[in-house]
Amino acid sequence: MAADLFAAGKFACNETNSHLGSSSHCGYPAPGYPASFTYGALFRIGSFTFNKPMLLACICAVIVVVFFWSAFSKPKLVPRGVQNLAEIGIFFVRDQILRPMMGKKGDNYLPFLVSLFFFIWIMNIMEIIPAAQFPPMSEIAFPACLMLMVYGTYNYIGIKNQGLGGYFRNMIPRGVPVGILLILAPVEILQYTIVRPFTLAVRLFANMFAGHILLLVFTLATWYLLSSGIGLLWSATSFILTIVLTAFELLIQALQAYIFTILTAQYIGGSLEAEH
Amino acid sequence: MPATYLAASSPNPLIPHWPEFIIGTIAFLIVFILLARVLMPRINQTLSERTEAIEGGLKKADETQQEADRVLAEYRAQLADARHEAARLREAAKEEAAQIVAKGRADGVAEKQRIIDAANAQIQADRQQALIALRSEVGAMAVELASKIVGESLADEARQSRMVDRFLDELDSETSARAAAR
Repeated sequence: MAADLFAAGKFACNETNSHLGSSSHCGYPAPGYPASFTYGALFRIGSFTFNKPMLLACICAVIVVVFFWSAFSKPKLVPRGVQNLAEIGIFFVRDQILRPMMGKKGDNYLPFLVSLFFFIWIMNIMEIIPAAQFPPMSEIAFPACLMLMVYGTYNYIGIKNQGLGGYFRNMIPRGVPVGILLILAPVEILQYTIVRPFTLAVRLFANMFAGHILLLVFTLATWYLLSSGIGLLWSATSFILTIVLTAFELLIQALQAYIFTILTAQYIGGSLEAEH
Repeated sequence: MPATYLAASSPNPLIPHWPEFIIGTIAFLIVFILLARVLMPRINQTLSERTEAIEGGLKKADETQQEADRVLAEYRAQLADARHEAARLREAAKEEAAQIVAKGRADGVAEKQRIIDAANAQIQADRQQALIALRSEVGAMAVELASKIVGESLADEARQSRMVDRFLDELDSETSARAAAR
């Protein structure tokens, strides 16, 4: 009966009605792109569509702002509560990311790195928050906009500190034989101008993209395999894996925020110093 | 959620959706500008104030410590002085006691010597006196004996011996009588 409806195009399989052994004969709804990453418009302004990832990005920005506002709007000499927590956060970024990469002269860039780290981290955490359950960073647009700001920043600082010619000259290692230089110079310039920004954005994007699909695979499987028979065992296995992978993703989320920020610090630090 | 999982043509996930790009940029910039312009300067101010406060506290503690050290050193010096003084007094007292004992002993020895000397002198004098008296008496007795010997006839030895015996008896009795008379 249901199969007839499906054949007639009046019945469509989705995550909810796909069930192993159900009369709909729907297969496993494997997650993928763009299906698992496309959301309908929440509202439109002309051709501008506002969707769930955008809403999440705004909520994340609000969370970060509210957190730091409640911590630092009226800072106390003896820190209490949220201020303590936020201080631990900025000290982490300063001492584990900024100082090792840029030294003390990079302290001016602390607000940028703190914003990057916490914005990315909170955005990533949305991957496992119930109801949100989507990392906006798995949409290339979000990592790309951050990457463009980092790209602009480190190039601007490099050109300002070393001059346009000096900046490009410093990209190329010194003391290399001419023959090798012919190969090395284009590679190095490519590295600075294209590879760095591309990898910076894609690394974050791909990790979140893969994480989202990974969680979906087992979340959907838990539902798809659920039955009163032996399928319960398979469903339970999927469920346990979902939980384990959620914990794993929690680690990945922080790690990716850390990597993005530390690479930013490294790039800006490199631009501050002329030596290669 | 989309209605189908069979995408006709796979779109490239690396092509950004511009509305998302714009919203992402705005969201991040809001966070960044608020942090960079308002919140981080505030917390930096507080952090430097805290550093100053801690440094001030440390300085004060340091000063207090130095003061305590100074006072302690002073007390130690005073204590050492007092100990030194006590030791000195003890030493002096010991010396004085030894002196007194030595002086007493010397005095005793001198007194003993004096008494012995006096006794010896007395004995010597007595002896001298006795000698003088004895000598005069022995002289007189010798003279008397000689006159008696000359007066008697010295015919035989028996007589002589009898006469000597008699003389000696007389002398004996005379001596004892004289001694009793003295």
